[in-house]
Amino acid sequence: MAGVIYVAYLNGYAPAWADFLTEAIAESFAPEPVRRFEAELDLAPAYASERRQYHATLILAALLRRLPEAGSRMVGITSVDLFIPVLTFVFGQSQLAGAAAVVSTYRLRSQFYGLPPNEGLLLERTIKEAVHELGHAFGLVHCADQSCVMHASSYVEEVDLKSAEFCAACHATVCAPAER
Amino acid sequence: MKRKILIVDDELSVRKSLEEWFLEDGFAVETAEDGTAALRKMDVGPFDIAVIDLKMPGMDGITLQKRVREIDPNAAIIILTAYASVQTAVEALKLGAFDYVTKPVDPDELSSTIRNALRQRELTEENVHLKEKVTELGQTGPIVGTSPEMLRVLELIRTVAETDSTVVIRGESGTGKELIARAIHAQSRRRFFPIVAVNAGSIPETLLESELFGHEKGAFTGAQYRRKGKLELAAGGTLFLDEIGDVSPKMQVDLLRVLETKRFTRLGGNQEVTSDFRLVCATNKNLEQLVADGVFREDLYYRVNVFTIRVPPMRERREDILPLARHFVDKYARAMGKPALPITPEAEAVLLGYRWPGNVRELENAIERAMVVGKGPAIGEADLPVHVGDHDRGPNGISLAAVEKEHIERVLRETEGNVTHSARLLGIDRATLYNKIKRYGIRR
Ligand SMILES: [Zn+2]
Ligand SMILES: [Zn+2]
Repeated sequence: MAGVIYVAYLNGYAPAWADFLTEAIAESFAPEPVRRFEAELDLAPAYASERRQYHATLILAALLRRLPEAGSRMVGITSVDLFIPVLTFVFGQSQLAGAAAVVSTYRLRSQFYGLPPNEGLLLERTIKEAVHELGHAFGLVHCADQSCVMHASSYVEEVDLKSAEFCAACHATVCAPAER
Repeated sequence: MKRKILIVDDELSVRKSLEEWFLEDGFAVETAEDGTAALRKMDVGPFDIAVIDLKMPGMDGITLQKRVREIDPNAAIIILTAYASVQTAVEALKLGAFDYVTKPVDPDELSSTIRNALRQRELTEENVHLKEKVTELGQTGPIVGTSPEMLRVLELIRTVAETDSTVVIRGESGTGKELIARAIHAQSRRRFFPIVAVNAGSIPETLLESELFGHEKGAFTGAQYRRKGKLELAAGGTLFLDEIGDVSPKMQVDLLRVLETKRFTRLGGNQEVTSDFRLVCATNKNLEQLVADGVFREDLYYRVNVFTIRVPPMRERREDILPLARHFVDKYARAMGKPALPITPEAEAVLLGYRWPGNVRELENAIERAMVVGKGPAIGEADLPVHVGDHDRGPNGISLAAVEKEHIERVLRETEGNVTHSARLLGIDRATLYNKIKRYGIRR
C-alpha cells in the first residue's frame, strides 16, 4: 500500500532547490507519492542551550504529530544543527521502520567547512541524507555497499563518496516494505 | 547473522539514542539501566560488544566490566566516559576494555571504534568466516567484452594483480576505470583489506588534502575532531585515486613524499603516521602532455607510471557494443523486476552507428532509460535517446556555453525536466547540472 511521503520544510526554511529535492525523493521511492509540505514546529523544547543544538529525537516527535494521515511518512528538512545524546551531532535522524525522519543542512553546507558555497553540492548531499533517513523509515539498516545511499556516513566526505541511489538489495526492500 | 550489542547506561535518553543508532547500523541491541540488569541480560548473550557507562549508581563501570569479562571473555568492551573521568577510563583499558569514548562522541569516532572492535573479534574467529568475506569482497561488477582490446585489458589485470606495483589506468571518461581498479584489488593479495576510492577531480583542493591525509582537531575551521584520512583507511589494502591528473602542484609534492616514505602527518598534526597501501590511479588526461606543460611533476609521473593499463574507448571496441547492451538489459531487467527485452535490429543498428563519446557509461544510461520508457515487447529505436540516432550537426560559430545551454535544454525537454535522468544522459553529476541550470537561467 502506497503511503504519501511528505517533504516538510521546517519553520520557513525555503532553499531554492526545494522542488529538485522533492523530485529526487519521488524518484527514489516511486511509486509512492511524494509531496512538498511546510510546517511550523515549536523547536524551543528541542533546543539544548548548553550545546546550541537541537535534539533530533524531539523534533521527530513533533513531526509525527503533524502527519496528515495514517500510513504516510514525513521527512523534515531544517537548517538548524541537530544532535542526539552521546553524539556530538547528527546529519539526520529517523524512526527505524517508522513514519518520521529529519535532515539538517547545517553541516552539509560547504561554508561549514570553510569553503565557498556550492548550492548544487548542498542539494546533492541533502538528497542523499533525506533518502537515507527515509530508507531507515522504510525499515532499511546500513548497507555494506559503499556506493549505496544506505551506506553509513558519519562525516561529510563520506556523504560525498556514496551515491544517492539504493543498491539493488535495498531497493527491493523499499519496493516491498514490511507491514508497519 | 546479526551482531549483538549490549548498552549499559543509567540515563534513558543515552540508552534510547544509542539503541536507535545501533539498530540502524544493523545490530541486535539489548539495553540495561545498571550493572545488575546488565548481568541478567548476559543470559541472552553472548554479545559481540558491550558499551558500558563508567559512572553509574550501584555497580560502577569498572566492576561491571570485570564481571562481564568473567561471563563472556570474548565480548569487546567499550567504555563511555565523561571528559573528566578519562583517567579512570584509561584504567579500564589496562583491565582489558577494548577502548573508551568520551561523551559526547563524534559519530565518526564511535563508528570507527565499533569497526575496530568487530575487526579484532573477527581476527579471533575462525577461518571459515574469513573465507565468506573473500567471496563477498570478490564481487565486483563483471567486465564485459570479448574484443581483442578488452581481452588484453583482462590479461593485464591478472598480471598486475599479482604484483604490488603502482598502476595507472588510462582511458576516456565513462570507460569504467574504477571497475578495473576494483578488479585488480579483488584479485590481489590485498583483497582482505579495504579498497578506498578518492576522486581528486570532484573534491576541492582544500578538502582533498584532509580527505587523503586526515586532520587533527582544530586543524581548520570546522575541524572539530580528529579524523583519519583515506591513506590511513586504505591501510593493508588499495587506494584508488581517480583523476590523478587533476591533483594540484602542492598535493603532488605531498603525494610523492607519501609514496616514497609511506609516512605522513595528518593536517594540523606533527605525529607521523604510517600506512601500507597499494596505489591504483586513473586519469583521462594525457599525463605526458601535462608533464611537458609543467603541470604534472615528472618525478611523480615516474613514481606512479610503473604499470599502465589503457582502457579503450567504446568506438575502438565496437564488437563489444551489443554484448554490453544486452548485459545492461539483463542488469536492469533484474533490478526492475521486468523481463529482459530483446533489442530490435533497427535499434541495434542505431546503437552500432553512434559514436558513444560518453563510452560505456553513456551506453548503460541509454539502456537503463530504454528499459524505463520502453512500453513494447522489445527495445526499439524510439526508446533510445533522440541524440543517439541523430547525425552530428556541423559547427555554426556559436559559443561553447551557448551549445552547452542548448544541449542541456534539449536533454531536459527529452526527459520532461527530470534532472536526475538528464544528468545521467549528459554524463555529469546532478550537483554540476543543478549549478549549470542556475548559471544559464534555464527554466524547466
Ligand atoms: Zn543511517
Ligand atoms: Zn544498499
